[in-house]
Amino acid sequence: MDIAIQAEGLRKRYGGKEIKNALNGVDLIVPAGTVFGLLGPNGAGKTTTVRILATLLTADEGEASVAGFDVRRQSKEVRRRIGLTGQYAAVDERLTGRENLRLIGTLYHLGKTATRARADELLELLDLTDAANRAVKTYSGGMRRRLDLAASLIAEPPVLFLDEPTTGLDLTSRLTLWDVIRTQVGRGVTVLLTTQYLEEADQLADRIAVIDDGAVVAEGTPDQLKDRVGDDRMRVTAAKVEDLTQLTKVLGRFTSDQPLVDEEQRTVSVPMTDGIGGIASVAAELAAAGIPVSDFQVSRPSMDEVFLSLTNKAATRPVNEGAAA
Amino acid sequence: MTEALTDSTALIGRHLRHLLRVPERLLSVTLMPVMYVVVFGFLFGSAMQVEGGNYREYIMAGIFAQVMLANLQTTAVGVVDDLRNGLVDRFRSLPMSRYAVLVGRTVSDLMLSGVAIVVMSVVGYLIGWRVHTGLPEMAAAFGMLLLLGLGASWLGALLGLSLRNVEAVSAVMSMVMMPLTFLSSAFIPLSGLPDWLRAIAVWNPLSMVVGALRELFGNPTSVTDTSFPSTHPIPVAVGLIVVMIAVAMPLAAHKYRTAAAR
Repeated sequence: MDIAIQAEGLRKRYGGKEIKNALNGVDLIVPAGTVFGLLGPNGAGKTTTVRILATLLTADEGEASVAGFDVRRQSKEVRRRIGLTGQYAAVDERLTGRENLRLIGTLYHLGKTATRARADELLELLDLTDAANRAVKTYSGGMRRRLDLAASLIAEPPVLFLDEPTTGLDLTSRLTLWDVIRTQVGRGVTVLLTTQYLEEADQLADRIAVIDDGAVVAEGTPDQLKDRVGDDRMRVTAAKVEDLTQLTKVLGRFTSDQPLVDEEQRTVSVPMTDGIGGIASVAAELAAAGIPVSDFQVSRPSMDEVFLSLTNKAATRPVNEGAAA
Repeated sequence: MTEALTDSTALIGRHLRHLLRVPERLLSVTLMPVMYVVVFGFLFGSAMQVEGGNYREYIMAGIFAQVMLANLQTTAVGVVDDLRNGLVDRFRSLPMSRYAVLVGRTVSDLMLSGVAIVVMSVVGYLIGWRVHTGLPEMAAAFGMLLLLGLGASWLGALLGLSLRNVEAVSAVMSMVMMPLTFLSSAFIPLSGLPDWLRAIAVWNPLSMVVGALRELFGNPTSVTDTSFPSTHPIPVAVGLIVVMIAVAMPLAAHKYRTAAAR
């Protein structure tokens, strides 16, 4: 199996007023032709990792190679083989969509005919043909992102870095982007995707690394990660938001872990213990406490729960301080 | 090498397209210098005296040089803009020449300076400015101006990449430009200044460049002192500009390579 992206012990610290460790030793292995999801909260080190792999930053320590070339010593070879879509759409507002793509194609040295053909093809693929001759400043956020993705696809790179490609996008644009990403993977492209949307990682990624405080805290297929968090979970939704604290307290008696609270959904979840008997005792306790419940479910852990549980553990664990010293 | 050329040309094309989209910029590049010529030449010209010539001829070299220095700000703001909207990141992830982004910007800014020089020369001619030397001297003077504009652009690129903020660029610019232009022989003949002030103004780099331009154009220089820069303005000015480019260019290129947006 070919390895498209490999990183070993990447460390990076930023200077400034207080020195902050952005990466505390990140290891990654991404087989060619797969989608690798890098999942983590803001400031966890996702973007720093991508920037190092895309040759924009140099790591203080550690080695990394992309498409078989060393990111530090053979950066130009790496750049020939990657496409990068960053967190904000890096397109020229004053040029039209078509001009943007042609400029990037020229800078990849694709040749005039190939650049033009490829630009038109991508405008079509990303549903931008009608807007192709308009200045990008008239585009919506979703259109800009699609153009940005088109720009990173223009040279048909074998490795694609997508740094939060759908953050802040509406559902339709997100689905279009997912579709394009899946098509690319179907052609054998390797994708490294960072996201805060767990659903996105679940949907697209073959393997996921959860990153927190500059280190990978868990890695595996989405199913493996869900297994790691444990068994089925009981998920109780309070009828009234005022009862949420009380509900958390009651459910807390059934687990040694912290119950996970989703305030927006008024839902509290805990791992299921004791099978059917557990469900019965929870129901009895809730009745005794007089908490009206609008929904009661038992199901596999969601990616959200996996994520919260993994990053919570990471936050309370002193391991990262130890690693930084 | 050919790649560097293609890349730079593509980016120059990008900036020239911007001009077509925002023609107001072309207007500001040409209209501002014309205003300078008219305001300084006509309004101040009637009140100012220059030994051995008229003030309108004296002032032109100062205005030319100042408009070239304005490239500092133009380029700095452009670079900050590209940094802010993530374009620098995109360009840095491409297999393109490392100098191309900065070359594209500085050269296209220089092309605008060329336009400004032509417009100013025409307006200058209309208000009575003449070149009293030959064609070679005039060509040398315009060449020196373009080099000055190029140097200012690279310095601006360095400034923009270092400060990364339009407000900071403006603040630094106004702090530097005020003393640089007004404590020099650009707009006022130094002969009327008190000795200590004149000593500062004579050693102001802008005075040296402007002095060289006046000598090349055959315009009044109003030099009365015997300091080295006043008596040898041309070699001093050429040296200054060459050093400016030789320092700013590699520093800006280095800054660009490490300019990962934070």
